[in-house]
This record gives sequence, structure tokens and C-alpha cells, in this order.
Amino acid sequence: MLRFLIFRTLAMMGSLLLISALIFFIINLPEGDFISNQIAELKATGQENLIAEALFKQQLYSLDRPLWEQYLIWLGVAPGEGGYTGLLQGELGWSFELNKSVAEVIGDGLWLTLVVNLAAVLFVYAVALPLGVISAVKANSWVDYLAAFVGYIGLATPNFLLALILLYYGKQHLDLPIGGLMAAEFEGQPMSWDKMGSILTHLIVPTIVIGTAGTAAMSQRLRANMLDELNKPYVTTAKAKGASPIRRIVRYPLRMALNPFVADIGNLLPQLVSGSVLISVVMSLPTIGPILLDALKSQDHLLSGFILLFIAFLTLIGMLLSDLLLALLDPRIRTGARKR
Amino acid sequence: MSALLNVENLRIGFRGAETCTVEGAFFSVHSGETIAIVGESGSGKTLSCRAVMGLLPPKAEIRGGSAAFCWEPGAAAPVDLLQMSERKLQRLRGDKISMIFQEPMSALSPLHTIGAQTAEVALLHGVSRRAEAKRMALEAFERVGFPDPSRAWSAYPFELSGGLRQRAMIAMAIIGQPKLLIADEPTTALDVTTQALVLNLIKQLQADTGMGVLLITHDLGVVANVADAVVVMRKGRVVEAGDAGEVVGDPAHGYTQKLVAAAPKMAPKPAPITSLSTPDPILSLRGVTRIFEERRSGLFKPARRFPALRGIDLDVPRGETVAVVGESGSGKTTLARIALAADRPTAGTVRFRPDAQREDLDVHALSRKELCAFRRSAQIVMQDPFAALSPRMRVREILTEPLEIHRLYDQAERRARAADLMRRVGLDPMMIDRFPHAFSGGQRQRISIARALMLEPQFLVCDEPTSALDVSVQSQILELLEQIRRERGLSYLFISHDLAVVGQLADWVAVMRSGLIVELARPSALFAAPRHPYTRALIAASPEPDVSRKIDVKAVAAGAGEPSSWPEPYRFDGERAPELIEAGVGHFVRAAA
Repeated sequence: MLRFLIFRTLAMMGSLLLISALIFFIINLPEGDFISNQIAELKATGQENLIAEALFKQQLYSLDRPLWEQYLIWLGVAPGEGGYTGLLQGELGWSFELNKSVAEVIGDGLWLTLVVNLAAVLFVYAVALPLGVISAVKANSWVDYLAAFVGYIGLATPNFLLALILLYYGKQHLDLPIGGLMAAEFEGQPMSWDKMGSILTHLIVPTIVIGTAGTAAMSQRLRANMLDELNKPYVTTAKAKGASPIRRIVRYPLRMALNPFVADIGNLLPQLVSGSVLISVVMSLPTIGPILLDALKSQDHLLSGFILLFIAFLTLIGMLLSDLLLALLDPRIRTGARKR
Repeated sequence: MSALLNVENLRIGFRGAETCTVEGAFFSVHSGETIAIVGESGSGKTLSCRAVMGLLPPKAEIRGGSAAFCWEPGAAAPVDLLQMSERKLQRLRGDKISMIFQEPMSALSPLHTIGAQTAEVALLHGVSRRAEAKRMALEAFERVGFPDPSRAWSAYPFELSGGLRQRAMIAMAIIGQPKLLIADEPTTALDVTTQALVLNLIKQLQADTGMGVLLITHDLGVVANVADAVVVMRKGRVVEAGDAGEVVGDPAHGYTQKLVAAAPKMAPKPAPITSLSTPDPILSLRGVTRIFEERRSGLFKPARRFPALRGIDLDVPRGETVAVVGESGSGKTTLARIALAADRPTAGTVRFRPDAQREDLDVHALSRKELCAFRRSAQIVMQDPFAALSPRMRVREILTEPLEIHRLYDQAERRARAADLMRRVGLDPMMIDRFPHAFSGGQRQRISIARALMLEPQFLVCDEPTSALDVSVQSQILELLEQIRRERGLSYLFISHDLAVVGQLADWVAVMRSGLIVELARPSALFAAPRHPYTRALIAASPEPDVSRKIDVKAVAAGAGEPSSWPEPYRFDGERAPELIEAGVGHFVRAAA
């Protein structure tokens, strides 16, 4: 198991390196970058006095170097002459558009993104699991149809619309707060119980909105898996042993049907992060989604590069997690790993 | 003494269908007695027994009858299992009545250890302490003959062989010390030697505990060996019932007579005993070896190697049938694949001579074009007629496709030939536009045979062509194959796990074990005087529909074990096997000289 873990971690680092290269080169595919655009603009408008500062930044971040050199500097394996040392040295870079360091721009946004998406993932799993199992066990009954109906509505309704509807009714009937991830008075304050409570109540609507589509898809997938498993001979064996109906569903077919369910964790994370950009804009959530969008539009490549790399990292962690869980759940994978 | 279980007038139907699938079935089991229910697939034998335990598939419903179960004769009044509430029935299942299923691999959960699955039965029925349940499970493992019960406890089903899996299944069934054991084709998925040992085990357990056994089977040989009484079912009705010896020895009903007649017997095709010097073999294997390599584990570890074939020398004389017999994993299917150039040998050659005048070809050194020509003259009939035919093609397309691939004849001629072959294999050419699912298993196998014959080959590999079929259908297919061989002068390489099947049509039998031929002879010589302990085990283990000829468990146990446990001079010394020597005229056996 330990060998498996070490091997997987090494493989993960390799993938991350590859992804970082891809991200960097793809972001830089469009002609120019923020600074060169800025210099061109300054020249056009005749603000010669500001050009020197822009040129200084260009040199500081080695933007005048060839792309592969820039990449190595960004990665942090070959510190540039300008003084910028790169990611591995702990320097995340500079956002030229916002004129702040990347660390400062992202700051809390990173953690809030994590919190929102983790809540959404938990929501997806907590709702999809019982829903999928019940729909399978009571296949073609009103419960099944209702679950499918609600699920399809969740899939088909545009998320921003759902967000607006939930915000409106949530405010009217339950007095749920609108917008943001915490009440205004807590912003910038150190963490406290009150602040936590405020974050939690603010999380309710975004979690449901972001999670609904995933829940619908996942519960239908679980239902299909369960339907396959429910007719397997080993379920009859369990019945012949004298197991109660609930026991013979939970202990046997559910365990089998969980495999694809668990394997999906890795896929779910990036979907949620990129899918929640629109929601974050609509609900004015301080997550990194909108920041990423802006950074990509303005070719603020150090900022967008870091955010993309971070999302990739999350995905890899999710995949590692699902692999470990799979090995834990399924002896065939575990012993296979032991033999190989 | 009153019966342990008495089923009367049982009627079962599927929802939506007016007719009953089981119509008035009856049987009774006494303690210490084995009742066999015999029938072909679709006879309703499995449904009848599952109804007793309340294990019917969701769409089936009981429409009448009673199943009186009395587990303590005298002490309690019998209860009707069919009227019982699900909750009460749940308490009986696994405790007073338990069941063994046909396919242990799918009937056991792949995610739980054998130990956990077995101990669960005890925990469900009144044992509260886990340690106690474990002790009981270990005891059950010991009783069903696991060599190392504590290893079995933590083993997963996929880590065990088929025989051990079925033993685990039996351990699970007997841990609650049931009064009634229902065994649904418990040995159908097993090799014949394993079958003999498992049947013997059930017999022994029954003698120890006095439980009643209800055995569902299609094999009259099994019935003659273990049953006290037989119930023969056909199309949902009981057609004959009575003492096993009488029913099998002197069947009264026409259907039972047919079944008994169709059961394969150890009756070799009569042939003069000659030496195996064939001047003109159609296929000739020399030193054929195939080693499978497992994927390498680490960068520095060598790959594990499994020799599937370890130097096979075999000739198929022109116009004759050579049968290769062996258990699963003996290498017989690999041999068939290599003979047809579907796989490459690691070492050795396969030479094929389409007719006596022509030069022989090295099958594995052919160019693309030559290979295409080779495939015209060498064809295969596969094991599973359900999987071997594309469900999306009409029979006409299935039959004409080989001709299209080889660009032979025009459209009209292709169709005419397909229709002609339909007739030759005993099917109505009117059915040629149907899809395979409209045909029964036997009919599909006929289609498979017709497809193999479309290219007019000289050589046909039959890879267990009847093992997925009912006995009565099996004998028809064997007859058809033999008739075709005679008419067209074909040569067969016939792969099978069943000596009795092979005896009827083979001119030569090669017995394989662990990738080696251990004995090779004419079937008459082989059956009359088997030399090798493994051949003896195979013959001793074959159940025949004759109550006076019981399975000789000692002979089975002696020959079915590992090659290193065989007696001298047949014993393998580690991986080193003795040479194949000629022990009599045309009779070869692997033994130290």
C-alpha cells in the first residue's frame, strides 16, 4: 500500500509538471502579453514617462526572454536575472493588471473557493447516494420518477437562473442572506464563531446551485450501476443466507456500485471550479473563478497561470484520493496493486 | 416418518403470462435423503426449488400449491413455506434451509473475504459474538476440506480455484447446520475431477448431519451417483418420479428414456488399434510451446512466466478426429488457437498440408495472402453459440460473410450456398432471415457449424462445441459433426473437457495436463486400459447414468492432484516431467522409462 502511495505521488508530480508546461505555453499562444500591450498603448497615447516603469517590470519578470526560458523561470528552477525567482521558490508572481502580487490577489479567494467547492462536492455525494440507491431499489415507482424529474430539472435549468430563484425565495421565506460569502462586517476580520456561522449561512444557496447538476448526473449513474448489481447472483446468495432486505442491499450491491461513484471524485472538482464561475459572478462570491476569467481576458499570464495550475493540482489530488479510496474499497484493485 | 419437505401441486407463472411455467410440480425430501430434480434448461426445476426458499425472480409469482416444511418431525406442526411471511422465511433461510448455487464466482461477493461471508450466516442467526462466528466458520472450512482454514478465512473469492470456491459456498451453506440443503447444479461449472470430489463431500456431510438434500441437475450421471430418488421435469411438469435406480436403470416415460439414451457414456468408437505412424497428417505440431508473461511488476523485477504449453507434439491424421481432453487451465484452448494461427507459439512449429499432393506450410510463417488462403481451409466452431454469433446480423448475413470476405461467388450463389448449408445442418432454410436470438442454443450451434463450413474447409477445430448445451441437444450436435466429417472427409481437432463426449467420435485422444500431453491413444485402448493416473482419475470421475457404477473417489483423488503428487513413474520432479514413451502399440504415456 505504501509503495502504491509513493508511486502514485511521484506519478502525480510528473503529471503536474507536464500540465504546468501545457498551461504556460497555451496561455502564451495568443500574441503579446499584458506588459507589451500596455507599452504599445502607452506609446500610442504618448505617455512616455510611464513606459520606463513598464519596461522595468518587463525586465524584472524576464518577459523579454524566449518563452521556454520564461517557463523555467516561472517554474522556479532557473531564477531570472531580473530578480523574480518563480513558483518553487515560493514567489507566485505579479498581477500586472491589478498591480498586486498574485498571492495578494488570490489571498482568501483560494480558500473560499476550496470551501465552496468542497461543500458542493459533499452536497453532491450526500444527496446523490441515497437518491440513487432508492431510485434503483424502487425502480419504475413514483419515487424513482420523481427523483429523475427533479434531477432533470436540475440539469436543464441554467444555474444562474436557479441561483436567482433560490436567492429570492430564500430571502423571503427563510431570511437567507443574498450575495457574498460572509456578512460585510466580518470581511478582513480574523476567524471567529460568528464569522464561521455567517459563512455557513451564506454557503447554503451557492452549494445547492453549484451541486444540483452534479447531483442529478451522479444519482442517475449510481441508479444504473445499482440496477446492474441488484440482479447479480451474490445478492440472491445473501438472501438465501437470511440477510434482511436493507442489509443485502447496503452490504453487497451498494459496495460494488460505489466504485464508479468514488472514481468520479477526480472529475468532479475541475467541473465544479470552472462551472461555478458564472455563479460566482451572479452571486458575487469572492472565489477565484471570476478572477481567472479577467486574468485570461487581459493576458495577465502569471495570475491566470497560477490559478489554472492550482485547479489542476486540485484535480490530481481528487484523483489520488479516489484511487486510494478505490483500493481501500475493492480488494481486487488492492491485491492487484500488491502483485504488480 | 413424515417428510422434511413435501411440495405438492406447485404452480409458478411469470407476471403477465397466463400459462404457468411450472404446472403442478410435486416432490418430497426426507432427512438423510438426496432427491434429484432432473430436467433440461427451461424445465422449471430451478424455479420449483427457489420457490421453496422464497428466492423467485421478481417477475415470477406462485399461483398455487403448498410446501410443507417440518424441521423437527413430531415436535412441531409442518409450516407452509409458500404462505409464510417474508420476515419469518428470512429467519429460516441460511439456518434451517440453505442453498448452494451453480456458479460460485458470481454467487460470492467479490469484495468480501470468504471468512466474512461465511461468518455472516452465523451472525445473522443468533450468534452474537464475532469470535464465536469466526470459530464456527473455521470449523466449517475444515469440514469442507480447505487445506488451510485460516488462510481461507482471509482469502477473496478471486484468489481461489473453482473447486475451492464451491467448497467455500458449501461451507457457507452448512455453517448453520441446516435440515435441508438445496443444491442448484452445484458442480456444472467445475471440472469433472473436481465435480467428483465436491459431490463426494456433499454426500459425506449428509452422512454426518443427516440433512436432506435437494439436488438440481441436468446430468443423469450425477443422479445415478448420489441420488436416492429422482423427479424428472419437462416443460414445468413432473413426467416421472421414483427410486433413482429404477428411473435411471429402467425409465418408463419416453422423455426419460431419451435423456438416458442421450447421456454420454464411456463407449469408445470402435477402431482397430494401430500405431500412430501417419504418412500424411493434415496438421502436425512439433515442440509447440507457449509461455505467457505477466506484466512486469517493477522496473527491476523479472516478469512472471506461465507456460501454457510445454512442447506439444501432435499429428492430426487426414480424415480423422483427434480429441484433446483436459481440465480448465490445461492449455487445450491455447493449443487450438495456435493450431489456427490465432496465436503464435513461443517455440515450435505447426505445419499444415491442405491435401496430400501439396507441400506442407509452416502456419506461423505465412504471408498475409497465404494466411488468408489458410483460413479458407481451416475453420473453427466455438464453445458458446450465444456469444459466437453477432446479435445484430441476420443468419443469412452471418453465413454469407465469410464468402464476402474471401470474395467468392456472386450474391445469388452465396445465398444459395447459405440456404443449402442451413438444410445440411438440419435447419429450415425459411428461417434464414431471422436473427440469432430467435434460435435455441442447439440451433445456434448448428448455425455456427454452418458458418464454419461455408468456406469448405478441410480442417475444423471444435472448441468444446457442446459444453454449453443440454444433453439431448449435445448428442444431436455430436452426431451432426460426425456425419459432416464423414460426408466431406474433414479432419477434426476436437477440444473438450469431457472424456465421455470425446470417446464417441474421436479416433485419437490426447489427455492434457499442465501444458503437456500425459497420455495419447486410441479411445478403445485408453478406456480399456488407461495407464496414467490422471487419465484414470478422469475416467473414474466421469459420472455415468448407471447406479451400479459409482464414482471411484480414491482413484480421482490419486490422479487429480498436483503432478508432483503422482505415483512413480509418473511423478513430475518439480517442473521436470518424464518423457512421453510408447507403452503399447499406438499408446503413449508420460512416464519415466
